Amino acid sequence: MFAAAFDYQSPSTLEEALGVLAERGDDAKVMAGGQSLIPLLKLRFSQPQLIVDIGRVSGMADIRRDDGHMTIGALARHVDIERSKELAKHVPLMVEAVHWIADPLVRNRGTLVGSVCHADPSGDWGSIMLALNAELVAQSSKGKRVIPVDGFFQGPFTTTLRADEVVTAIRIPVPAGSAGGSYHKLERKVGDFATVAVSVQLELDGRKVKKAGIGLTSVGATNIKAKQAEQALVGQELSDKVIAEAALLAAAAAEPKDDIRGTAAYKKDVVRVFVQRGLKAALARAQEVRA
Amino acid sequence: MKVTMRVNGVERSADIEPRVLLVDFLRSNLALTGTHIGCDTTSCGACTVRMDGDPVKSCTVLAVQADGRDIQTVEGLAKGAALAPIQVGFHEEHGLQCGFCTPGMMMVTSALLERNPNPTDDDIRWAISGNICRCTGYMNIVKAVKHAAQMQADVAKAPEHAAVAGGGE
Repeated sequence: MFAAAFDYQSPSTLEEALGVLAERGDDAKVMAGGQSLIPLLKLRFSQPQLIVDIGRVSGMADIRRDDGHMTIGALARHVDIERSKELAKHVPLMVEAVHWIADPLVRNRGTLVGSVCHADPSGDWGSIMLALNAELVAQSSKGKRVIPVDGFFQGPFTTTLRADEVVTAIRIPVPAGSAGGSYHKLERKVGDFATVAVSVQLELDGRKVKKAGIGLTSVGATNIKAKQAEQALVGQELSDKVIAEAALLAAAAAEPKDDIRGTAAYKKDVVRVFVQRGLKAALARAQEVRA
Repeated sequence: MKVTMRVNGVERSADIEPRVLLVDFLRSNLALTGTHIGCDTTSCGACTVRMDGDPVKSCTVLAVQADGRDIQTVEGLAKGAALAPIQVGFHEEHGLQCGFCTPGMMMVTSALLERNPNPTDDDIRWAISGNICRCTGYMNIVKAVKHAAQMQADVAKAPEHAAVAGGGE
């Protein structure tokens, strides 16, 4: 299959890329690894006049720790996350979850930032970033702004990113003290989109929950942050009752549709079960960290 | 646009449209038809080649993205008449039936054996999880990779036999 014809530019600096987007942003699409964009181009679901390939921009592939955050550059691939010792130590949820993303070949090319900007409601990283309260660093020729991932997704494949902006990195707050996370995904086979997936991140203060993050995959028009469920957990000790109630609230926040992967009712119930399992797994890990 | 890349160690270039996929560049421009097009939708892995060492789906890489890079295809595995260990493994263990997925399987597993010379069955199954064999001959593919790993280990122990047993890297 061939994409519709397009112009192609591959700038070697960010400034150059931003300059091109300032002029032609409305007709352009930014490409990093291309693992979501190239399939869309081939199916002609997307027909931009210009592809701005940022793959050759230097200095954007780093994964590093700075002032209480892990900063993951726009060109850091899934496989780089898989192999990152810093992330395994500070945000182990990401290193666990990355094995669920696409397949090993796609993970050798695709990027975290590209995947989040693609904003597929079935994308895994979006709900993980929501659970982790991550933020995006967006840059245009006019300046830089920081966008919380909560609120970034507007609808399927639609975000608040402007046409002249490039997301240069994602920043994830490094949890202080005992913390743990988990990602549960139901998929028919490797590489398939999730039927349902749930990410959970917990930070504890003694036996009580200090912060809770819950993100839902494939059960709505965007990745969903289950805020009521999160709030129901804060300040609580995680008894079975508290966990069950939060799981019900998360299921209520899900808005799945019937499709070939399952009925809406079934998917809502999988959310409930995965939130329960996820909270228990995250709690056990957070307690391990403390010990 | 003019693109230039090293393909199996040889510099190749051509003038192409930006929308040309790496797999089509290899097959149509360079007549290297060992790399197969299976699903053409990033699902099956038949088109796997190695780009700067990493196995990637060449139906989901633009040829212009490969400009200046090092590409290895199935044609680059054997050294003359001497098969690479992974090829011997597939031959000895009957790791193929129709053979359509085989180039992709071999490119993925050749990369695996470089990173992990002594993989478990589980490691192999994870490594090939992005590659589909529609004859469903996965058992023998796993055996083929283990065979190749064993051959490489034997060669490492007895370097004087390297040329005979390994035939290459």
